[in-house]
Amino acid sequence: MTTWIEIILFAFLLIISVMVVRLRNLLAAAMLTGLFSLLAAGLFTVLDAVDVAFTEAAVGAGFSTVLILSTLALTSTEARRKRPRLLPLVVVIATGAVLVYGTFDMPLYGSPDAVIHQRVLSGYVTKTEQEIGIPNIVTAVLASFRGYDTLGETTVIFTAGIGVLMLLARSKRQRLLRRIGRTRSAPSKRRPGGAA
Amino acid sequence: MRPTTTGTAHPAAKRRPVRMREKIIVRVTTKALIPFILLFALYVQVHGDYGPGGGFQAGVIFAAGLVLYGLVFGLRVLVRMAPINVIEVLMATGVLIYGGVGIGSLLMGGNFLDYGVFDKHDPVHGQHLGILLVEAGVGITVTASLLAMFYAFAGRRRR
Repeated sequence: MTTWIEIILFAFLLIISVMVVRLRNLLAAAMLTGLFSLLAAGLFTVLDAVDVAFTEAAVGAGFSTVLILSTLALTSTEARRKRPRLLPLVVVIATGAVLVYGTFDMPLYGSPDAVIHQRVLSGYVTKTEQEIGIPNIVTAVLASFRGYDTLGETTVIFTAGIGVLMLLARSKRQRLLRRIGRTRSAPSKRRPGGAA
Repeated sequence: MRPTTTGTAHPAAKRRPVRMREKIIVRVTTKALIPFILLFALYVQVHGDYGPGGGFQAGVIFAAGLVLYGLVFGLRVLVRMAPINVIEVLMATGVLIYGGVGIGSLLMGGNFLDYGVFDKHDPVHGQHLGILLVEAGVGITVTASLLAMFYAFAGRRRR
């Protein structure tokens, strides 16, 4: 049963990616990328990776779609038609082939011979019970056992935010918004055109 | 934010941009949904020890709730509620909370980010406290960073 769900989800992922590539209307493509993320989240749920699925649904289907749409609002919603070129196609096919070749060395899904199942995982499972005392092992690993890594990740998000601010947030309109934020009065009802 | 009058929009929308908040269904649904979105984000934040989720997911959901508010009611209204300067300060605050927990554990005689030392009697309780604080730091930084990115994208004019 689970296998069938996976096959259907993978088939939809494939169809959607082909459609995203072929679509000229970028608005529809943005919506489809959101749908892609949602289906991927479903796939992660089937694979019992609930935390990853949660992140994928929130970030991929939710937030990045908003960011893509904001970008489209600034640029254009229609992709320019270009002559198909050979070199990018060759590069993409070669990279894909290398990636697929790489998966041959990976252990099968759920295989007990996988490295994580032999070395660290059993340690985490028993230690979470004894030392951390919380039911969600993923949170225990992220926040406590691998606290350094999560500190690094948080710093990466912070840095990404700073980078976007330095690149984009220097416009006149941004300064205007900044000023509005400082005045603490309630939005006036008399100016319906406030959002322009 | 600029009303979404894009190339594929209804022809009538081109003549006069219809603002999102003028559509009563969108407005009422958004107003009804946002409290639940924010509450769910807080639930995911503090319930990360027991179920799926944690600071990162909670931060994204919280930011998404605020962004929804901004999309429908306009960037100016959102900026009044969450001013850009405050958001920028919060971006750094989250990382500082996380790092501060690490420094705190150093000062109390443990290793960096070793939460066990926070409770002298039971290291497990110390772990609970440490994870709660650290996740709060993650949540604050993620919410603030995503909102700042949204402001940076949405606060620009079309060229």
